[in-house]
Amino acid sequence: MKQVFRTINQVGGLWLLLGLTAVLILPWYKVAPPELVSGGALSDAALFQALAGRAWLWPPVLGILALAGLRVARGERWQADDLVLPIAGTSFLFFLFQAFAIGLRGPAIPALGEAFPAAMLGQTGLGWGGFALGAALVGIIADSLAARGFCRGERFGANAVIFVVALLLLFVFFPIIRLASAALFTPEGVFQPGVFIERALAPDLWNIDCLTGGSRCGVVINTLILGITSATLSTALGLALALLVARTGFRFKGALRAISILPIITPPFVVGVAIIVLFGRTGVVTGWLDMLFGIPPTRWIYGLPGIVLAQVLAFAPITFLVLLGTVEAINPTLEEASKTLGAKPFATFRTITWPLLRPGLAAAFLLAFIESLADFGNPIVLGGGYDVLSIRIFFAVVGARYDLGNAAVLSIILLTMTLGAFWLQTQWLGRKSYVTVTGKSDAGLAAQLPTPLKRTAYMVVIPWVLFTLGVYLIVMVGGFVNDIGRWDLTPTFRHLNTAFSFEIGERGLQLFGSAWNSLQTTLLVSAIAAPLTTAIGILTAYLISRQSFVGKQAFEFGTMLSFAIPGTVVGVSYVAAFNIPPVDITGTMAILVICFMFRNMPVGMRAGIAALSQIDKSMEEASQTLGANGFTTLRTIVLPLIRPAVFTSMVYAFVTAMTAVSAVIFLVSARHNMATAYIMGRVENGEFALAIAYSAVLMVIMIISIVLIQFLVGKRQLGRRAELQSVTAPTAAE
Amino acid sequence: MIRSVALTGLAAMSIFGSAGMANAQSGELVLYCAADESICRLLSESFQRETGINVLMTRRSSGETYAQIKAEEGQPRGDVWWGGTGDPHLQAAQEGLTAAYESPMLAELQDWAVRQAESAGYRTVGVYAGALGYGYNTDLIDPNSENAPQCWADLLDEAYRDEIQVANPNSSGTAYTLLATLVQLMGEDEAFEYLTALNDNISQYTSSGSAPIRAAGTGESSIGIVFMHDAVAQAVMGSPIQTVAPCEGTGYEIGSMSIIEGGPNPENARIFYDWVLTPEAQELGAQANSFQVPSNVNAATPPESPNLEDILLIDYDFDLYGSSEERARLLARWDAEIGSL
Repeated sequence: MKQVFRTINQVGGLWLLLGLTAVLILPWYKVAPPELVSGGALSDAALFQALAGRAWLWPPVLGILALAGLRVARGERWQADDLVLPIAGTSFLFFLFQAFAIGLRGPAIPALGEAFPAAMLGQTGLGWGGFALGAALVGIIADSLAARGFCRGERFGANAVIFVVALLLLFVFFPIIRLASAALFTPEGVFQPGVFIERALAPDLWNIDCLTGGSRCGVVINTLILGITSATLSTALGLALALLVARTGFRFKGALRAISILPIITPPFVVGVAIIVLFGRTGVVTGWLDMLFGIPPTRWIYGLPGIVLAQVLAFAPITFLVLLGTVEAINPTLEEASKTLGAKPFATFRTITWPLLRPGLAAAFLLAFIESLADFGNPIVLGGGYDVLSIRIFFAVVGARYDLGNAAVLSIILLTMTLGAFWLQTQWLGRKSYVTVTGKSDAGLAAQLPTPLKRTAYMVVIPWVLFTLGVYLIVMVGGFVNDIGRWDLTPTFRHLNTAFSFEIGERGLQLFGSAWNSLQTTLLVSAIAAPLTTAIGILTAYLISRQSFVGKQAFEFGTMLSFAIPGTVVGVSYVAAFNIPPVDITGTMAILVICFMFRNMPVGMRAGIAALSQIDKSMEEASQTLGANGFTTLRTIVLPLIRPAVFTSMVYAFVTAMTAVSAVIFLVSARHNMATAYIMGRVENGEFALAIAYSAVLMVIMIISIVLIQFLVGKRQLGRRAELQSVTAPTAAE
Repeated sequence: MIRSVALTGLAAMSIFGSAGMANAQSGELVLYCAADESICRLLSESFQRETGINVLMTRRSSGETYAQIKAEEGQPRGDVWWGGTGDPHLQAAQEGLTAAYESPMLAELQDWAVRQAESAGYRTVGVYAGALGYGYNTDLIDPNSENAPQCWADLLDEAYRDEIQVANPNSSGTAYTLLATLVQLMGEDEAFEYLTALNDNISQYTSSGSAPIRAAGTGESSIGIVFMHDAVAQAVMGSPIQTVAPCEGTGYEIGSMSIIEGGPNPENARIFYDWVLTPEAQELGAQANSFQVPSNVNAATPPESPNLEDILLIDYDFDLYGSSEERARLLARWDAEIGSL
């Protein structure tokens, strides 16, 4: 106990040490700020910058020095001192204020320029020193709050909560607010709140001509039509698949499950490209149809039909997994009772099975709807003239007329739609869990699917399987033949060579292939992002399900918000927020990693919460009674028990970082280009073979990585499986 | 325990830190390339091989590159912007996004390239020229028939309904050149009437300037409106493409290059600038199937290139149509009258 206590204080001192290092040694700015009239400062650290004339740095510098003084005066229990919280809090507020008030081109408030002449020169973004001081002050605030009983006085818990909240504020809320404020400015940069209304009500957004026989609808209506169509079809297909797997003697269940994994590891665009190769006007299938049945080739695939086709291919596996869970969770005793009472199979299905399926159907539908709204890759490849919000946002930013304000308004509309659907989904998911609970006593046999329904399911599923196989055949072959677009099937490694050629010459190994840069970055970013995402996700899950603190519900909502925001919106908001000081990180690898961390963390969090809800708290209480603190308990008791959640989170974070495009397309730079952004450039330019070859390489890498992650995370879990099973068995259907 | 939190914090910070450090490295050049991928790639590789300077190249369309540079105005991340139509280069020069540099190679350049540099106060320079035209798929349109298209007016033929592709001028310099060319050739109102009529035949406004000719090459569409050298390149690569110089006359682009003001590696930017204007570097174009006319008088023009002397060229007003106001005005009108159709 005494040992533990000592460590706490040493570590509490560590924040202080970090803070002192930040102001005395580390360079405060990311790049050296403009030279002052008084001449250069002794060093780039904050103290010397303040001495040289940047007087606005004094409050945070003096704050940390005062805290160090307190430590010396009060000894080990200094954090409980009444002065700590006011000093640290005030320093932190001043720190934030100066960072935002004095920008690259000078102060935002003219009065500041009069008070500090040096501020007129402006300051650059925060560097090592700036971030370290921020972290140190947040840590000290957390420690002193814990000393006052926050999180039941648990320092680990308090630190974790405060840091996660601080990070969420910085990387989720701040960008969104920055973006929302951009919506109030005209393209010329004049503040004019009226433009928001004007932009939001623009007729090219809400026009409903196409429903009344006109030629074209507004982009919001287009997006809704696309979302509803592809969600409906995906849900129907997912249901057919789920019923086939769960309620018939279908033989190739394993193969079906394997196929359903494919879309998850498929890089964007490649499905769209494969669909063009199959169904485009000069496509393979189009050619056959023309030859065999005399159906003239058309360009029907470009536009709504093509996007829907590609989206159904991608989303049906997701709805399948959701619905499979629902179907398997239905209590067979009800169906058996119906049968015993003399109901025909179809009547049983209609009156018993179908009503029980409805919450699952709604959940699957809304999930597919949300995915469709956020989809960027398929509309840009197959869209033709069919405009959707994610594409419109993209061109508002990268088009010839850079109009962030308009992009912001469109983003807010998209975000509102997503949040609406998301809210509906959580409503429905609540009812779904009700069904699962009644399904616990699963005595009896599940009813087989009525024959007519079975036939319908087969008729729906078999073309889908053929279609999927066709698409992936194109992907596997397309990269290694001369020109799949013109159906020139001479085998070649030309495309692979263009992308990945290298030379070993007098300058050593030189990588010349045009894709090396992006591949290296993608692998590095994914490899860094996956464990960090998992760490913050699992930590958040632990906090939500095991810690009690003020504002927990708001905290939970905040974490889910980052999940609900469509990628395009995230990308735009990050550009708006992080291209200028104080947090000036666009064009770096950090922004890519951070973007993935906060975007993908809710999945690890959800998996973690689900896993934690299956584990009895008494084991952790035992650990704490024996004197272990929060972190030790998390590490030694909780983590080993929730390894499957860790695995899920790692795989999801890794794969998403490899395949995400909508968010990163704005965040890549010449130095840090991502594979998906590179592929998109090739697709836009019509170099399909190169795009396909690269995608094939990525898919192989992802499969290898998943196996590797399983080996790293799952291997140890094997020895504990029996034990784990006994704990998780009751809710295994989840 | 908390130590680990602190360590995680440090690890996270080291990402920030490394981001900060990266700028200080030397021996690098960040190239924003707005021409075709293959020539961009070849130029970067050759320059890297010759000088040992590591080239970080990003290819984007002209409009995207311009937007990127504008967005990064506060802290430029790129050094050199090579290729793409001259208009956005002139616009960037006007807005002070690019830096003035008088290369010693200027003496060796063609008149039009030097004029381009002079009109922008040496903030940009011409690196190649190419005339606008279109290409059609000879499998789908018989080149020997009387009705084979020869002029801009022929593209309005009902037979080509949904058969023509052109890029969106909001994202592609090629398409903006078309817009400006038609305005100069026909008069503004007539040009928009023409584009409105043409819209019935357009199947898709692509975002990349050269994508329409690739679609025509594979037969996804019949006609792509592009720079003629892009159509020639498709034909050289084996596509059934016939290149057309429209009979009414046509505009042309001066593919340009600019040094980005305040870029991270100004020294290397100038080394690249001078190197890329040498005859040797300019002759690389043909190897990468880029058949523009090079701006260095000593560089050999590839035999496949469309000969500018044989084409009826309009007197393209680069100053007016390269200016921000005119560009914004024309694009706004395009959005209102064509883009909203």
